[in-house]
Amino acid sequence: MKKTYLFTLGLAVGAILPFIGCNKNKDIVIGGVAPLTGEAATFGTSTKQGYDLAVAEWNAKGGVLGKQIKLAFADDKGDPAEGATVYTKLIEQDKAIAILGTVMSKVSLAGAPICQAAKIPMIATASTNPKVTDVGPFIFRACYIDPFQGTVGAKFAFDELKARKAACLFDVGNDYPKGLSEFFKAKFTALGGEVVGFEGHATGTSDFKAQLTKVLAAKPDLLYISDYYSDVAIMAKQARELGFKGPMLGGDGWDSPKLIEIAGSAVEGCFFTNHYAKEDKAPVVQEFVMKYTDKYKAAPDALAALAYDAANIMLDAITRAGATDGAAIQAALGKTDLRVVTGQVKFDEKRNPVKSAVIIEIKGGHEVYKTTIAP
Amino acid sequence: MGSIFSPQQIVNGLQLGAIYALIALGYTMVYGIVRLINFAHGDFFMVGAYAAFGSFFMFNFLLPPGNGLAFIVLILAMAAGAAIAVITDYFAYKPLRYKPKLSSLVTAIGVSMLLEYAFSAIPVIGPSPRGFPEVLPKQMFHFAQVDISNYVIVDLAVAGVLMIGLTFLIQRTALGRAMRAVSQDKDAAKLMGINVDRIISLTFLIGGAFAGAAGLLAGLTYPRIQPYMGILPGLKAFIAAVLGGIGSIPGAVLGAFIMGIAETCATAYNSLLGEGIAFVILIVVLLLRPSGIFGEKTADKI
Amino acid sequence: MGTLKKMKLVLAALTFYAVVQVLNLAGILNGYFMVIINRSLIAVIFAVSLNLINGITGQFSLGHMGFAAVGAYVSGTLTTLFFHLNLNHPFDNLGFLAAILLGGLMASLAGFLIGFPSLRLKGDYLAIVTLGFGEIIRTILNNISYVGGPRGLLGIPKFSNFTVIFLFALATIVLIRNLVQSSIGRSMLSIRENELASELVGVDTTRYKVLGFVVGAFFAGIGGGLLAHLLQIAHPTQYGFYASALILIMVYVGGIGSLTGSIIAAFSLTFLTEGLRVGIDWLRDTVGVPIGTEWTMVIYAVLLILIMLFKTEGLMGMREAKILIIKEKEG
Repeated sequence: MKKTYLFTLGLAVGAILPFIGCNKNKDIVIGGVAPLTGEAATFGTSTKQGYDLAVAEWNAKGGVLGKQIKLAFADDKGDPAEGATVYTKLIEQDKAIAILGTVMSKVSLAGAPICQAAKIPMIATASTNPKVTDVGPFIFRACYIDPFQGTVGAKFAFDELKARKAACLFDVGNDYPKGLSEFFKAKFTALGGEVVGFEGHATGTSDFKAQLTKVLAAKPDLLYISDYYSDVAIMAKQARELGFKGPMLGGDGWDSPKLIEIAGSAVEGCFFTNHYAKEDKAPVVQEFVMKYTDKYKAAPDALAALAYDAANIMLDAITRAGATDGAAIQAALGKTDLRVVTGQVKFDEKRNPVKSAVIIEIKGGHEVYKTTIAP
Repeated sequence: MGSIFSPQQIVNGLQLGAIYALIALGYTMVYGIVRLINFAHGDFFMVGAYAAFGSFFMFNFLLPPGNGLAFIVLILAMAAGAAIAVITDYFAYKPLRYKPKLSSLVTAIGVSMLLEYAFSAIPVIGPSPRGFPEVLPKQMFHFAQVDISNYVIVDLAVAGVLMIGLTFLIQRTALGRAMRAVSQDKDAAKLMGINVDRIISLTFLIGGAFAGAAGLLAGLTYPRIQPYMGILPGLKAFIAAVLGGIGSIPGAVLGAFIMGIAETCATAYNSLLGEGIAFVILIVVLLLRPSGIFGEKTADKI
Repeated sequence: MGTLKKMKLVLAALTFYAVVQVLNLAGILNGYFMVIINRSLIAVIFAVSLNLINGITGQFSLGHMGFAAVGAYVSGTLTTLFFHLNLNHPFDNLGFLAAILLGGLMASLAGFLIGFPSLRLKGDYLAIVTLGFGEIIRTILNNISYVGGPRGLLGIPKFSNFTVIFLFALATIVLIRNLVQSSIGRSMLSIRENELASELVGVDTTRYKVLGFVVGAFFAGIGGGLLAHLLQIAHPTQYGFYASALILIMVYVGGIGSLTGSIIAAFSLTFLTEGLRVGIDWLRDTVGVPIGTEWTMVIYAVLLILIMLFKTEGLMGMREAKILIIKEKEG
């Protein structure tokens, strides 16, 4: 019995040790959060690569405020409880002066109150839920919120593709696809179109034939698939197998080299709304695509671009603030007017970025710029 | 609107059912012999899919996609599934065979988590989904308002051939007799001179091989593989095995096809129902007829 | 004797509370440490209550976090959507307590419902049913837009803090300890050891099995409610199979049937997770080993397998620390 107590005591002392004393860092510490474990890990990987690339670039140029930047990265596992823990760790333990991340809205929502309370500015990368930035004035985001993309998609479908009957397919266990489909439906109906099918599917399934067979029976002109690329890819394949010949449309979740890799010809002639086009001649875009592809041996997806942008927006704000205290950075962030990969970014009064969307067409196995739609 | 039971939906359901059936057979065989819900069985299926993926790229240099290549890939996927099953049994289950049943179940959960997380943490595999290559060129047929690809036929054919083979093995060979004997009474079987441990290993081998085959078929049919792909099909195949009567080979097959069709039709009716139907079936079966369709009533030995 | 022993536990716990609180106020323990302490205490609530079901009563639940989900959503709905409780209002803190308890009660109702199959099913079958139950809860929550559907229940006021969580954790330990070491607990243990025999000697097995589920679920619901009010969000994916499996690991590592073991394991595994996080980051950034925190779960899976293979009874086996024993065992 004594042994157990000693063991417990030792464990307790050992557990406390790492938390005592404070971090004396000569570098400027920026926190980065993304899910690297669990089912969202694939999104976290590109997000982390986006942060890493941006920070490495800034450091090569001499860092920020004359100091090198250290990215303290933490894995949120796609879980709110983990998120709350790592946001606190980055602030309290690593002494991060600003935080980038994270991907999933539910995790950003657990982290945002912590950043807000500590007055540490935070830029969520891909959290589309409008509530995230409602938490307080220190919370910003790099992506569009759901209503914008859904609306843009619906306009494009109705005006350009002349679709009158559309069907929506989405993951019911994930807020991003569901929100997107809901806003698409609202706008498309308002424009005078008809949504003839609105079908969810469970997270993690690979068999969408039941839903597809059902919606295709209503003979839609267009399928609006608001999922992430890997679900989109097999859904597109199955839709073609079931004889659907019309166009499919989606959101920035489609933006990944894996989409065409997995779906092949099934997504030929399909469209998606995105933040930027890879063939955009702007040097910031070209440089990003080249460097990213060079470093990670794969083309960047939307999540990598958003993470890269979040880092750049934050570091730009720190430079302009000329200080490392949260309030100064927050004020500078509010005045952001910066050309980044995903467009010219300014923040509105709710700290959402105001930027235009582009429509990308998949043609000949490549993503091709189609048109730009202003906000 | 399309009818819930349209011919197309039935075909969709049969295709799904074929894959469930191959996984369910492994569950039912292992349960029949060692009375263990092998939680990691869905992950053997995942391992099989990755093995198929890897072996495609190994042999694609020698052979173009087609029947020959598909056959090689099938054999290697089955071999990988069999190997991981036998290894798991040897290291994780065998030492616990005479301990309380629940210890093995908890270990199985551990093995399942280990395979999923390790596959997603190992850099060369990684958490991102991968596109599965067309090991067989795809062809589409259209008749009587139903769209069918040759994959549907391949799925059903592979599942059918393997099931018939298994039934023959169990009913007509000495090995099958030994397996049946072990499943009825291990101690008596041992007294009859049957090497019980070897039979159990063989059971895992066959079950794992079937899961591996299912991995290839799933990769072909739903061309995306990822480390967590085994969770849902594994769970649903298990429910199919329970529905058919766990321990019963024809039960597992019938249960799997019922599950496939029920799920497709329920989804066609309402996607929420489609998501939950498997568990509803499970709970209803367990409450009303825990022994399943073909299961024999056995009293729990105390 | 009994009172004194009981007091000893409470005294020890209060000492722990005072030490942590003082160190925190003195600035020696930072906010990160407090988050880990809070998560450990909530893990204690989950692990001890699961131990009552799996360890003491000998049933098997794989859907423990399903009960937590019920508690989280019920209490969260009450405080956030129904009554819009406000942190700064002292009276609302009472409302929060009532909401947490109500969440626990609703969870125990769910436990009552799921306890019924346990009358017919044993061991592994029951495991699967409870797993299915957890998944059904998750599916339902995903589809109720009133509580946010896949967006989760948002904007929950942050009523939970170290003091509240500590008090609930202590209450959970004391109450479950008292239950286990009463005649009810002995009946429960007898079911685990031999259900048929205990039925033959007149133990109402039905009643005690369902009671195990009801009480276990009640505390899981409390834990869920506290967690939701700590994180300010409740999301369906938080309560899936893997969350339940993590609690299961704690119970088995600590020792099935040992409350002490569950408490130790809940603390050590929560701290180990963070220790591994710090350690792995150090290995990656300072030493340059290309690994990431995703290996944490691999390590846990291996740990669980090794414990099951080489120390099936867990760290503590069936033993309890003296401080947790009300009466010395007779004979």
